[in-house]
Amino acid sequence: MKPRIAIFSLTGCEGCSLAILELEDQLLDLLGAVDIVNFREGMTDRAWDIDIGFVDGAVSTPEDEKEVRHFREHCKVLVAIGSCACLGGINTLKHYQGATGPKGRGAIGENGSDAYRRYVYGDKAEWFPTTEARPISAVVKVDYELPGCPMVKEEFLAFVTSLLAGRTFKLPDFAVCVECKKRGTLCLYEKGILCLGPVTRAGCNAICPAFGSKCEGCRGIVSKEALVAAGINLREQYNVELQEVLDDLRLYGAYQEADLP
Amino acid sequence: MKNVSIDVKHVTRVEGHGNITIRVQDGAITRLELAIVESPRFFEAFLRGRKYDEAPHITCRICGICSVGHTTASVKAVEAACGIEPSEQTVLLRKLILYGEELQSHFLHLYFLAVPDYFGVGSVIPLAKTHPDVVRRALRMKKLANDICAVVGGRHIHPIALHVGGITHVPRDEELLDLKRRLEATRADLAETAALFATLKVPQLERPTEYVSLKTQNGEYAFYDGDIVSTLDPKPTKAADYRSRILETVVEHSAAKHCRSPNSPTYAVGALARFNNNHSQLHPTARQIARTLGLEPICNNPYHNNTAQLIESVHCVEAAIEILDTLLTHGMQVEPLRKPTRHGLGAGLAEVPRGLLVHEYGIDAKNRIESANLIIPTGQNLANIEEDMRALVPPLLESGLGKEQITLQLEMLVRAYDPCISCATHMLDIKWDET
Repeated sequence: MKPRIAIFSLTGCEGCSLAILELEDQLLDLLGAVDIVNFREGMTDRAWDIDIGFVDGAVSTPEDEKEVRHFREHCKVLVAIGSCACLGGINTLKHYQGATGPKGRGAIGENGSDAYRRYVYGDKAEWFPTTEARPISAVVKVDYELPGCPMVKEEFLAFVTSLLAGRTFKLPDFAVCVECKKRGTLCLYEKGILCLGPVTRAGCNAICPAFGSKCEGCRGIVSKEALVAAGINLREQYNVELQEVLDDLRLYGAYQEADLP
Repeated sequence: MKNVSIDVKHVTRVEGHGNITIRVQDGAITRLELAIVESPRFFEAFLRGRKYDEAPHITCRICGICSVGHTTASVKAVEAACGIEPSEQTVLLRKLILYGEELQSHFLHLYFLAVPDYFGVGSVIPLAKTHPDVVRRALRMKKLANDICAVVGGRHIHPIALHVGGITHVPRDEELLDLKRRLEATRADLAETAALFATLKVPQLERPTEYVSLKTQNGEYAFYDGDIVSTLDPKPTKAADYRSRILETVVEHSAAKHCRSPNSPTYAVGALARFNNNHSQLHPTARQIARTLGLEPICNNPYHNNTAQLIESVHCVEAAIEILDTLLTHGMQVEPLRKPTRHGLGAGLAEVPRGLLVHEYGIDAKNRIESANLIIPTGQNLANIEEDMRALVPPLLESGLGKEQITLQLEMLVRAYDPCISCATHMLDIKWDET
């Protein structure tokens, strides 16, 4: 029996689902090895007897909460794909609007949430219920996480291959800097650019610095220890304001606490 | 049939979550809605306070399918607001990656989302067994389109190297030569695709509407540049005055705002709108394919948006080859990013796969974003799709077709517009129309 696969989307851009379709060279082999039984973006049939369910998008509405519980119930293995599902992602930026809550964070359902809802929908804001944007692990048990914005499709393939072969799968437990050095990319700190490579989990092959852009932390922090060490280094060596690091880490919800450890 | 209820929860093979609801009592439509139930995401709100140069990398996350399109409109809007003139090389590379995205999106839509209906299957997956050559061709074409984006921007979904003021990476000559060779080879695949589409029976629906798109004054078929024109009002309107052509309303059943124009209660954007306005600017090969497929401006059948996508794909391949030739002849170098020279309000417009996209930002003296307004192609099309459904349902009811067939025709109609619902739920500003 081939494993029965589903691909679901919550609040997000569906780019991680799309990334699966962008595995053009492997797609036919993949379709030979698994049965895709539920994928709204790509097919009409929708079955609910699922071995492995992949979810992109964050939990950001009351409806999302219901949906993700439903997915959990019907999937033997539940996998969060992409920054939104793993970290809350770019959706979490709305938390920092309104600035009425503790530490400048607008509390949902209070003035803070009205600030961002009203900016977009005016006095029709109440038509569009919303909650704090959360990773799906905040609502249900998640078996695996494949972070990134978008998720790294090669990592997705490696994950599926491991699972089909019955091997365990582990994310890299070192920082993006390691991969960046290996690629031989000039360190962006040498150009005076604040890059999140020192604190961000590797696995992306440091693609952003290779294309001339700073690491934006889309795969989440590698560990709190790395954050502490980097915080000290950046202050001493590059005179970087810690608030800047914090602002940048917020972009994909990589670190959601208001202060650095 | 006198009384019919149609409820399609989560229309499949479209990007994002949308529902169709139709109620017919005693032969009259009492309720008809294409409800957009995608979660709102509040990009306009949370852009405020971010640094000017973060806008493109934040807004490309609106949509995975058209992230290059959002990046394009975004960099243009910031540059308009901050008085930045991009270099010639930057504009050429931006046009090249935008052609890549038009191609990847059109190929994805034609082969993966639309074609299964015509083969009577629920997805492209069964076609891998019954028509492996078709699926292999589709994958080969889509991969080429993605590779164009990867060579210029690092990847297609959420491109990396595209920034306000320039591009932080230049492709190597051998990468460009490889793309050129493969684009030339894809002409044969496009001819096969055209032959396939010539055999498909496109549903009939003739409903005149207004078609809105950009149009350039220099003869180039508009994607990156242009002013707003329409089939009812061909006088060009500059980007900064877009509000005189696009009027928006909040409606309760849709997290995406509806749009109208000063001339029409609904209008259409997208490949068919561009074709209807700018047909004469297409590459001769694309015009030839249009003749073969029998598509002529002004076409009022929305199902032919698919045909227009195919014709545009032929154009984009030829236009991309021309850019590659220019880049290879002139050579490239890494240029520093150009910096703001002033601050204020700026609008950036682009023709993205699904139609006219507007980004507008206000940038303050500290180079922070203080206001944002985004108008999305699918948001502009929603009211027009509903009008099409209103026109389509009565004759379908009279024709005696079963509910299943009617539902399929309606879903095919929605899919023909290739709606991108994630995009459309990132509404506009606080001003809406109360009428």
